[in-house]
Amino acid sequence: MRIIALVKRIVLQLVRDKRTLALLFVAPLLILTLMHFLFTSNEATQTIGVVGANNEIIDGLVEQDFEVVNIEKSGNLKQVVVKKELDGLLSFEEEKLTLTLENTDPSQSKMLQGKIQQVLSPTLNGPVIDIAYVYGSEDTTFFDVLSPILVGFFVFFFVFLISGIGLLRERTTGTLERLLSTPIKRWEIVFGYLLGYGLFAIIQTIIVVLYAVNVLDMVLLGSIWDVLITNGLIALVALSLGILLSSFAASEFQMIQFIPLVIIPQVFFTGIIPIGGMPDWLQSLSKIMPISYGANALKSVMYQGHGLSDVRLELMMLVGFAVVFIVLNIIALKKHRKK
Amino acid sequence: MNSSSTLQVSDVSKSYGKHQILTDIQFSVGTGQIVGLIGPSGSGKTTLIKLIMGMDVPTTGSVEVLGERMPNLGLLQEIGYMAQSDALYQDLTGKENLMFFASMFLMGKKEQNERIAYVTDLVQLQSALKKRVANYSGGMKRRLSLAIALIQDPKILILDEPTVGIDPELRKSIWMELVRLKMEEQKTILVTTHVMDEAERCDILAMIREGKLITSGSPQELKTRYGVTNLEEVFRKAGGEAHAHNSSR
Repeated sequence: MRIIALVKRIVLQLVRDKRTLALLFVAPLLILTLMHFLFTSNEATQTIGVVGANNEIIDGLVEQDFEVVNIEKSGNLKQVVVKKELDGLLSFEEEKLTLTLENTDPSQSKMLQGKIQQVLSPTLNGPVIDIAYVYGSEDTTFFDVLSPILVGFFVFFFVFLISGIGLLRERTTGTLERLLSTPIKRWEIVFGYLLGYGLFAIIQTIIVVLYAVNVLDMVLLGSIWDVLITNGLIALVALSLGILLSSFAASEFQMIQFIPLVIIPQVFFTGIIPIGGMPDWLQSLSKIMPISYGANALKSVMYQGHGLSDVRLELMMLVGFAVVFIVLNIIALKKHRKK
Repeated sequence: MNSSSTLQVSDVSKSYGKHQILTDIQFSVGTGQIVGLIGPSGSGKTTLIKLIMGMDVPTTGSVEVLGERMPNLGLLQEIGYMAQSDALYQDLTGKENLMFFASMFLMGKKEQNERIAYVTDLVQLQSALKKRVANYSGGMKRRLSLAIALIQDPKILILDEPTVGIDPELRKSIWMELVRLKMEEQKTILVTTHVMDEAERCDILAMIREGKLITSGSPQELKTRYGVTNLEEVFRKAGGEAHAHNSSR
């Protein structure tokens, strides 16, 4: 009963705060779209070096909008690519065709490789192109890996910020103290907040996921329901963490200060940087980052097409984090009222 | 000092770490009285109110409200509280604020509507009920705060500087209302103030300085006891005595 009144009030307040609503629902879409175009843009001219190619091939490459550089002597192909700042180097030597890709940007490399195969296909019969990579390997596809992480991260970030500032505002305006002077129980406040902001978090999650999959064409091999459930859990963790940390902030500005302390480090452990290659102590640090579990689960479901049962452990960890944060929240309210 | 008193503060001390805020505060209030808590800012009035409401617990001593020891969540049903700052939800209308707090006291729909009609009539906010609080004037916000404090028809009202920053006209009408609530509805009212003419209207005064109760009694008693004609003098004299007494120890 009290919880319902609390939920109603939060919904009313948020619905009337159009700016915050826009931040919650539109900002993630804007940023996702921007990232989408940043990582899949193909406008920049790519420079390709050729060793021992005939004119027909060179013409074909130019036609594909490549900037072609003729290179006389080969030597170590990878070194040539780096030195001449090429995006790729195509070399015909002793009946062998080698394409060396610079590959700092996997999506660019994929595109380049595709175009070259297009150019070569009429003249090519039999010999396969040998592909070498200066950096990384053929398995890296940046946005494909990144997109599930981004979806989870934005849900986490915006829910964290808005729920945290919501409770903070209640504290700084004195309404929390006022609220605590009624017989409401501390757990009722925490659950009221979780439900009230949770409603908006769920709407946000649905909008972000549908937009990412349908408009931005993100890879989605698993079920969309699994994605929604995983994101819902991520939002729950963000919600309870945001509310919890807000009790350690004295102002909105101090809440913003938690972003570099709490949010940014989590980004590093989402898998954008391969965790397997980190020193042991860093790897164990990733185990206390809630978002690393969320990102793992999303990657599994969206990119690798796994089901929820395959990411059981990750989901359970998220639930665990949420439970811990919720309990801490109930305890933290003791600061304002002893009973 | 009998057990039937509405509010009983017994030997209450409160310290945060080494910082002593309140020392051996003791007074009691009977039903249907207005008590004025007088003291300069920083003297510990707000801390004392927090202890009475059970938001915090005294380091030593005890607070009893209606014969039961605080903190006690259930007793908050019988205490209407008005904070020093207007703690209102700015994005909501006056009525929505009232409804929200009414729900906190688990009031039914019908009861809610009746009480809201009654308290808004009392503070004369009927015409502004559908306006958002953000558009209220300072005085309207104070009146809405008072209405919220009365929403659950509590036996006790605790008002932390209810008239601070309010024009004389409104201050007068609020005090008339408090006196009426005392007379007609037998409410027990605790107000903090540092305006001496407001102190005159209280039945009992408790003067606090640096966390100590320097004197207490009815305004008339105090004036006679210190042989002066106004309360300001009483406060000065009592404070001086307490000070001298302390330094001689």
